[in-house]
Amino acid sequence: MPQKPHKAKEPLFHIAKRDAIVWWKAWGIRIAAILIALVFSGVVSYLLTGENPLRIYAKMLEGAFGTQRRVWGLLQNLAMLLCVSVAVTPAFKMRFWNIGAEGQVLVGGLASAACMILLGDKLPNAVLLIVILAASILAGAVWAVIPAVFRAKWMTNETLFTLMMNYIAIQLVSFFVYKWSVPKGSGQVGVINRATHAGWLPVIGRYDYLLNILIVAAITFIMYVYLKYSKQGYEIAVVGESENTARYIGIPVQKVIIRTMLISGAICGIAGMLLVSGTDHTISRDTAAGRGFTAIMVSWLAKFNPIFMVLTSFLIAFLEKGATEISTAFGLNESFSDIITGIIIFFIIGCEFFIQYTVKFREKEAAK
Amino acid sequence: MIWAGFLQRAIMQGIPLLYGSTGEIITEKSGNLNLGIPGIMYVGGISGVIGAFLYEQNTASVNPVLAVLIPLVCSMLGSLLMGLIYSFLTVSLRANQNVTGLALTTFGVGFGNFFGGSLSKLTGSDIPSISLTATSNCFRTSLPFAEKCGWFGQVFLSHSFLAYAAVIIAVVTSLILSRTRVGLHLRAVGENPATADAAGINVGRYKYFATCIGSVIAGLGGLYYVMDYANGVWSNDGFGDRGWLAIALVIFAVWRPNISIFGSILFGGLYIVHNYIPGLDVSGQELFKMLPYVVTILFLVFISMRRKREAQPPAHLGLPYFREER
Amino acid sequence: MSKAVKQKDAVPAIRLQNITKRFGSVVANDNVSLSVQHGQILSILGENGSGKTTLMNMIAGIYYPDHGQIFVDGKEVVIRSPKDAFQYGIGMIHQHFKLVDVFSATENIVLGLDEKEGFSLKRSAKRIMQISLQYGFDLDPDKKIYEMSVSEKQTVEILKVLYRGADILILDEPTAVLTPQETEKLFAVLRRMRDSGKAIIIITHKLHEVLSLSDQVAVLCKGRYIGTVNTAETNESELTEMMVGKKVSLNIARSEPKDPVDRLVVEGITCRNREGAEMLHDVSFTARSGEILGIAGIAGSGQRELLEAIAGLQHVDGRILYHNPKTGQTDDLRDKTPLQIRELGVRLSFVPEDRLGMGLVGNMDIVDNIMLRSYRKGKGMFLERKNPKSLAEKIIHDLEVVTPSANTPVRRLSGGNVQKVLVGREIAASPTVLMAAYPVRGLDINASFTIYNLLNQQKENGVAVIFVGEDLDVLLELCDRIMVISSGKIAGTVDARTATKEEIGLMMTKNSADHDRAQEGGAEHAAETA
Repeated sequence: MPQKPHKAKEPLFHIAKRDAIVWWKAWGIRIAAILIALVFSGVVSYLLTGENPLRIYAKMLEGAFGTQRRVWGLLQNLAMLLCVSVAVTPAFKMRFWNIGAEGQVLVGGLASAACMILLGDKLPNAVLLIVILAASILAGAVWAVIPAVFRAKWMTNETLFTLMMNYIAIQLVSFFVYKWSVPKGSGQVGVINRATHAGWLPVIGRYDYLLNILIVAAITFIMYVYLKYSKQGYEIAVVGESENTARYIGIPVQKVIIRTMLISGAICGIAGMLLVSGTDHTISRDTAAGRGFTAIMVSWLAKFNPIFMVLTSFLIAFLEKGATEISTAFGLNESFSDIITGIIIFFIIGCEFFIQYTVKFREKEAAK
Repeated sequence: MIWAGFLQRAIMQGIPLLYGSTGEIITEKSGNLNLGIPGIMYVGGISGVIGAFLYEQNTASVNPVLAVLIPLVCSMLGSLLMGLIYSFLTVSLRANQNVTGLALTTFGVGFGNFFGGSLSKLTGSDIPSISLTATSNCFRTSLPFAEKCGWFGQVFLSHSFLAYAAVIIAVVTSLILSRTRVGLHLRAVGENPATADAAGINVGRYKYFATCIGSVIAGLGGLYYVMDYANGVWSNDGFGDRGWLAIALVIFAVWRPNISIFGSILFGGLYIVHNYIPGLDVSGQELFKMLPYVVTILFLVFISMRRKREAQPPAHLGLPYFREER
Repeated sequence: MSKAVKQKDAVPAIRLQNITKRFGSVVANDNVSLSVQHGQILSILGENGSGKTTLMNMIAGIYYPDHGQIFVDGKEVVIRSPKDAFQYGIGMIHQHFKLVDVFSATENIVLGLDEKEGFSLKRSAKRIMQISLQYGFDLDPDKKIYEMSVSEKQTVEILKVLYRGADILILDEPTAVLTPQETEKLFAVLRRMRDSGKAIIIITHKLHEVLSLSDQVAVLCKGRYIGTVNTAETNESELTEMMVGKKVSLNIARSEPKDPVDRLVVEGITCRNREGAEMLHDVSFTARSGEILGIAGIAGSGQRELLEAIAGLQHVDGRILYHNPKTGQTDDLRDKTPLQIRELGVRLSFVPEDRLGMGLVGNMDIVDNIMLRSYRKGKGMFLERKNPKSLAEKIIHDLEVVTPSANTPVRRLSGGNVQKVLVGREIAASPTVLMAAYPVRGLDINASFTIYNLLNQQKENGVAVIFVGEDLDVLLELCDRIMVISSGKIAGTVDARTATKEEIGLMMTKNSADHDRAQEGGAEHAAETA
């Protein structure tokens, strides 16, 4: 007599990796996820405000596109977020988890502010701007390359290292903010060179942010080309996919890691400069405003493609603007936008599962 | 005595970090790098505040037991929910842990500040902060004979029950991790899930439970901060970067909650030491505040260069586990 | 012998009857029947791919047979999972250890258990010591796995099985990773376990081990069960004959080498792995132009290290001399990086064993994979994709790669098509030396012949081809010379036109030192030799 097997436990469903999915289906799933998330956020907003959800969406649109000024604000926010997202992308493509963009942006901004304050009255503006650019790039790159060297040489965990570097940067900025604060001891730097505009990025026509936006557009395009068409971009992709293959083919892995992080940090530095010298004309520990972290999500959601990143940063920037408008219109706290952003990101993160895997339910006739 | 006061303050600063790091250690031992801890601590804090606020609004006389119990349960439920979101996304849906964690932090901090801000509006006060003095007083009940015991009482006996609970939880966690079968299995899941799976351990379940329990513990750190440290006054962004500091402490404690107890006092001390250095200006104070992070980085570099196996992060930290079809 | 043991002798501890297992269209096991008694060691002998491991995995609950029955102590059983197997007292020690590095031996051994008497590492350690003592293991239960040698790790795996009360032990090539001294120690333990009444099955392809250890030998060949013989009544040549099977004619075309010259001269290279074990010992040989040099050997005998050393991926001692036909210069390639080798003007192509993990990038498309070798070409910082694209299309066309387009990620291609892309790329670099490791593994007949033809073309073009293979029939028909490697040493080189399968089989399964021993008549403890 054959012994009965203890109940053949066939699970109710099992999960299998999808081979490939047609692009329109993948995007269909993503768009569906965003729509569901928007409905969900609408419900949340309704519960909190008691307002008609349609009015809430209308307010969001109004907040983002209501006036010309708002559109420019949206574009500026989009550009800054995009810049940082593009900056972290080459590192992520290499599977190097650089979550230190916040700090890299801050030190870049700090370098700009330092040049503006210390050299503002010593150099002609054109020279000063070049010095500012160089200093910011250098600062951001140094901040990024320190963890990279340790990772390349000693396999020091880069996620934790870059994370800690953020707070060192924040405290460093705090230190200088108090040093330079106007009036002394106020803890605020105030607008730097308000009178002379020394070290301010020039304004094109009447559009305050146009130059920033153009610079970021250029960086995004260059990064797209760099990653897709340059030899170095190709090396980054190979190292990210398989260090083994990289070695087999003769790519110096350590050198690529360090070089890529230099680039990543340098662009973060530029972002810092655009924020300080191109936008705020001041510095504080909130200058980066969490973009270093949000950028990671933006870059990941865009599958590390700089062109898609325009869309994903638009989505985030739009949500922030829109939700801020809701909160002012309905008397809510401005952090409302973070909640909405969080919810939508949860949905998008979650939907990737359905793009990469299929869930197969148990068939009735289980094989013996 | 200055140093007794310093030590007392250091411990008070350290307790939220201890909660956060104990929670994160449990989570990381299962291989989940939960960068949502800062958000979870905010949620743990604000959930307690909401519970206390609603209770204080709806009762004439504050019953000390309920005043403690309601915020405690609310706080735990809030952080449990956060843990569930993280587990569902990373374990069930296999989402990237870093991205999920950061989104959770964005969400959690926003959640905290939003309700912190909106609740104040409901009270009708202009200042963007909530004051829950009655509840806080219940939370801050400390040992009655502490004051009579001189410096010893001030340093070690003057704290509230949540502070002692933090130490007890850390010690118990330490014992569970090192001395029990559950602890052994949990560590195996974080080190080598394939081996754990082959040994018949349910990897997914361990990850879920570890993450959720870790979240609840971390959330208590937020509650302690509001109710004890901040005297029941919620101020937006008041919790600051303590969540990240808790993650730093995990590294410094080499993933051992018992070391975390002393580490938390050290970090707490480093966090406030600038107040005790004579002649330091404000900017110098800011410089001092980076000490915990500098120490952590030096330590991280040190352990990676020394390559001592026991001091490394769990080998499968941050990586998803998916048993391929046989 | 005690009564109990005798009684058990009546029914086999485990018996397999007409077991058949298919993977798709491949028959891994065809109607295999076997049995082992308590107090007996059975060797399962067969070449790579003969279906030994598949068969054992069915007993261990990893696979489920398509047909046939398994009996434990005379009763038919159904084994669906490793847990089921344990319930019947069956424990398997796999080739790849499943251990947690930072845990101690004890912690690994009790992992996943749920003992009734509660959790106490101290008590468990004590029990482990008792078991160790009983069978003569030498293990510190508190030692961490990462501090252990391979043989200690293996001991932990065996103890894991014994601790769970296994009566039937299956060991999958346990000696592949051990030194001769360690092997002898292991055998002593296994004999002691046999004497205490355990049934032991050991998978191997080393003849001298079979002869020195087992009571019976079951031979598999290409998934088919050839037969079981008593060890006492057999000898090496009979076993070899059973194992390699009849010569099969494949009709692979083979031309005469045209004026071969020495291209690659390897002199006395020695290499150690990370654990410090010697993977190659004093290996010397010459690869000539216009010739295919076959390398035969049991998997894991050092073939991988040898090819990687030449490709610049492995540190070795010795010399690897390359005679450059263009410049007439001779360069030493030892300890040069792949890039430095390329910069020397050495045109070396390498088809590695691990196709998607090393040779190609699974998530990249065919064009980008083709570009791996050539992307540095051309000035400037930008990639030039036009030539790789037309090359990719040429390879797809010439080698009949089945793919939707040249922009399909290679991960989505079938095994044969992946290999065509890889070989096609390596050949397109117009090499002077072409190394291919198991290039037809997992490929169907048509794809295999495509690869053979490509290698032959290269040979006719004057390339020095090094072919690492596992199928002796193929090696004998394709190659000009066959070098046999055994335990990291060269056991000899034969002329492929005159050599026989048995001859090569014998060289593969015993190393040169064994020969001396065997001649002295000391076959029983041959394993002791270094």
